[in-house]
Amino acid sequence: MNFPDTFDVIVIGGGHAGTEAAAAAARMGSRTLLLTQNIETIGQMSCNPAIGGIGKSHLVAEIDALDGVMAKATDQAGIHFRVLNGSKGPAVRATRAQADRALYKNAVRDILEHQPNLRIFQQSVTDLVVEKGRVVGCETQMGLTFRSTAVVLTTGTFLGGTIHIGHEQHPGGRAGDAPANALSQRLRALPFRVGRLKTGTPPRIDGRTVDYSQLDFQPGDDPRPVMSQMSRREDHPRQIHCHITHTNAQTHQIIRDNLSKSAMYSGNIEGVGPRYCPSIEDKVVRFADKTSHQIFIEPEGLNTTELYPNGISTSLPFAVQLDFVRSMVGFEKAHISRPGYAIEYDYFDPRDLKHTLETQALEGLFFAGQINGTTGYEEAGAQGLLAGINAACLAQGKPPWEPRRDEAYIGVMVDDLIHLGTTEPYRMFTSRAEFRLRLRQDNADQRLMPVGLAMGLVGDERQAVFTEKMQAFAEKQRAFSKTQVFPDTDLARALSLTLRRETTLEECLKRPEISAQTMATALGLPVDEGVEFKALEQLEIETKYAGYIKRQNDEIEKIRRHEGLQIPAQLDYLQIEGLSNELRQKLDHHRPESLARAARIPGMTPAALSVLLVHAKASQHQAAER
Amino acid sequence: MSAVDNDLICAVATPPGEGGVGILRLSGPGAQQAAKAVFLKELSPRLARYGVFHVDGEPVDDGIALFFPGPNSFTGEDVVELQGHGSPVVQQILLQALCNVGARLARPGEFSERAFLNGKLDLVQAEAVADLIAAKSQTAAKAALSSFQGVFSSKITALADVLLGLRIEVEAAIDFPDEDIEILEQAKVSQTIAELLDQLEALIAQAEQGRRLNHGITVALVGAPNVGKSSIVNALAREEAAIVTEIPGTTRDLLKVDVVIDGQSLQLVDTAGLRDSEDPVEQIGIERARQQVGRADIIVLVVSAETLLEQQPELNLDDYFRQMSQLIGLDLSQQGHQDVVLAVNKVDLGRPVINAAWQEKACLVSAASGDGLDELGSRLIRGQTSSGETTVFTARQRHIQALQRTRDLLCKAAASLDQQAGAELIAEDCQLAHQALGEIVGQLTPDDLLGEIFSSFCIGK
Repeated sequence: MNFPDTFDVIVIGGGHAGTEAAAAAARMGSRTLLLTQNIETIGQMSCNPAIGGIGKSHLVAEIDALDGVMAKATDQAGIHFRVLNGSKGPAVRATRAQADRALYKNAVRDILEHQPNLRIFQQSVTDLVVEKGRVVGCETQMGLTFRSTAVVLTTGTFLGGTIHIGHEQHPGGRAGDAPANALSQRLRALPFRVGRLKTGTPPRIDGRTVDYSQLDFQPGDDPRPVMSQMSRREDHPRQIHCHITHTNAQTHQIIRDNLSKSAMYSGNIEGVGPRYCPSIEDKVVRFADKTSHQIFIEPEGLNTTELYPNGISTSLPFAVQLDFVRSMVGFEKAHISRPGYAIEYDYFDPRDLKHTLETQALEGLFFAGQINGTTGYEEAGAQGLLAGINAACLAQGKPPWEPRRDEAYIGVMVDDLIHLGTTEPYRMFTSRAEFRLRLRQDNADQRLMPVGLAMGLVGDERQAVFTEKMQAFAEKQRAFSKTQVFPDTDLARALSLTLRRETTLEECLKRPEISAQTMATALGLPVDEGVEFKALEQLEIETKYAGYIKRQNDEIEKIRRHEGLQIPAQLDYLQIEGLSNELRQKLDHHRPESLARAARIPGMTPAALSVLLVHAKASQHQAAER
Repeated sequence: MSAVDNDLICAVATPPGEGGVGILRLSGPGAQQAAKAVFLKELSPRLARYGVFHVDGEPVDDGIALFFPGPNSFTGEDVVELQGHGSPVVQQILLQALCNVGARLARPGEFSERAFLNGKLDLVQAEAVADLIAAKSQTAAKAALSSFQGVFSSKITALADVLLGLRIEVEAAIDFPDEDIEILEQAKVSQTIAELLDQLEALIAQAEQGRRLNHGITVALVGAPNVGKSSIVNALAREEAAIVTEIPGTTRDLLKVDVVIDGQSLQLVDTAGLRDSEDPVEQIGIERARQQVGRADIIVLVVSAETLLEQQPELNLDDYFRQMSQLIGLDLSQQGHQDVVLAVNKVDLGRPVINAAWQEKACLVSAASGDGLDELGSRLIRGQTSSGETTVFTARQRHIQALQRTRDLLCKAAASLDQQAGAELIAEDCQLAHQALGEIVGQLTPDDLLGEIFSSFCIGK
């Protein structure tokens, strides 16, 4: 039957991409439907119970700047918070939280259930409804048809999912959940390039069987950071420690002796796994000279004894898992509560997407999350947000949002995916962002608020917080650029500065030895979570980075001029004289949309770009003449 | 990497090498102002104006300047042409001066490319431009195979590899602070940067030498009056180009003679003998000698064997050197990458003993008998081709600029490191330095870098 109501946007999947997509579309005022196989698993953390980390918390901050779900839910559920790279500069500083799985799921569901314009329906989707080359809805297992202007597909690892443990394998989207095979087969029939990826999880351990007295522990940070600018420390639940153990020579020996039994090494897995998150088998083989690897033991939650030993993801048979786990200090009597496994799943080549995350082949169909070959909650959430926004834009007839590389990590990620595709699960790192010094957590709201406001994504409360922050910053900036520090005064001494002549506070703050904290203390200002100190901290960052940022801005200005120069899609690269064969092949493979994108192809030279430019222009002229 | 910049570019528009007329072309915003920095006079649209080209307040050449305001110009942008005498050395000096006031060297075909983009060339012409660029790169490719280019790029690749190693350390420390990989050691990073800087300096010096190879070598002969500078020039040139008399101070003005020795073209510059003189004409001659010596690639200090024989052992060559330095107003020992050769002339009258410190630099010659001239000739080109271990390769000004940029960025990284600045700032300068090197040998993507990190360290929990 046809479902009686029609929707603007249907989101398929209730994971991190799906929830952000559904919430974003609904915030923009679109009538939105979230379809999930199981309402109980909305916001489920399928991998390790942590949100954030280097590069990733930057994405979370961007989601938060657009009033999204992830940061707020993390503050509701975070049981251990840390700032990473605290000793390095603000651009690469990151926040990471261990989350209580149950609390996180509850927080996400709570936000969705209170979101106006959003309906949730539990049903497995089996097919898309396609009319005249565009997607206009979907069909569920029981034959229900839902109609909408746009559909966002966020099916994670559920498309064609296969779980491997040792030599055994069975279909599955996640341990305990069925894969979405009907939909997978249907999509394979559509003109998308499909690939296989692989990822893995470690065996989970019952904390009651662990000897904590032998383990190192790691407390959370004090003062404790918050994820969302809308949260306070008081929103956090009770905080607990993480623990650390190590693999040893015996662990490695057990793994080496049983390698042939690993799904990874038996040739059963065709998918490519992530290089930065290798299985323990991989680590032992590839870094044979290392006799020990650190294992970070993450608590699964406040009300469970289950632990997530991060660093031993494996596809060895259960018996071997038990053996090697018990070879580690503190785990001698460990009980495995869930075996580790490797999972293989379908992903669609992200080069078949537009920068809006809409598919090139089917109008109205958007992909977000692991389906695009990424890994990580944060990467999924950020794509979900973008797809949700653009699905709503399509429904509302608004121009889409295509974040640029110099604007947001979301822009870096989408551009990387669409431009280069991926051969392993794509994860964010700060080194992927060439404009890293601009793309910081502290200024995510400044970067994205204009978009948020224009799209109607940002609520009044969020906007008010932003306005207050910007006012405080402007005031600080004005005061600091005017106020002079004179030599041999109390203030100069309080700052431990030997000045030759009067110097503005701003100039003083530029010096490496003067931190916001030193400055605040010298001026008798508070050093706390308050707006005033935050403004001072940001002024410090802006001042210290000023020279570098200016250089980056110049570079961006240059690139923007190039972005405008489009390369015609029909350009025959293989016929271009003056390019090396290798470059011709690469260009033919990547088919860059613009000259700026072509410039980022590995091996590109200025001379080759010039040749390309001339041909691009020539081809445009020919097209115009016809 | 940019291909549609609208910045100011400059280049020599006439074929490389010596010619009767040499044209420099400037195109882009501010062309007129930049030209004024060397031409000094105001230019009117499409009117030829005669004047003297100046660099650092000193005249270097004279000729005509032409200003074509855009869009009515070859490129469609503001264009200025500076037409002087076709001396590659002077052209390089002028280009450098233009770069100092905001222009940059144009890439091959860039003028035509701009002309095309601004609708000044039609499609057929544009195809020709592409072919031209291709032809140039193919020639370059052939040159690379047949001669020295490979040496140059292999040196740059070696540098880029060291820089990559450095970046791996820095980026891994930033992106994987939680992994149990060795923490970034400041001393180690500092040392790597220092080593890179040393190698860069050496490479820049070599590339500079290679560039001169491309553009010919200028040799200035200096010395006291009547030591036989002009005779040596005539003897090397195998023609009576310079007037030679017994009268000291015969040569008053500069005399430039082109010679080819073992396939290498040299421009010999004969200068007025250096002495204290009240004669205004002679003083001008000395002033010109001073300018020429400042720009020459090789300085040949000429001394007469007679003088050495008469005064030995009292005459100390160091004193002579100092005395000449004083007279010419330049410290001849402080002339950057210039090579100094001592030519002891008139050995037909007797062979003096040269003290150990000077033996390396000395050539005993007789312009009259022709003795030792071949040795002098080889000595002049030896420094410019392969002297011992240093291999010379051809390099373009663009390469040298990229190397200099790399060096400056690494200097900045080293300074940041000393000031205990954040790792991300060191990473930033290292990234840009790597990019600058990449302009010569090809770029590395962030993903390549991550790949290197993953294969260097055991990452992943």
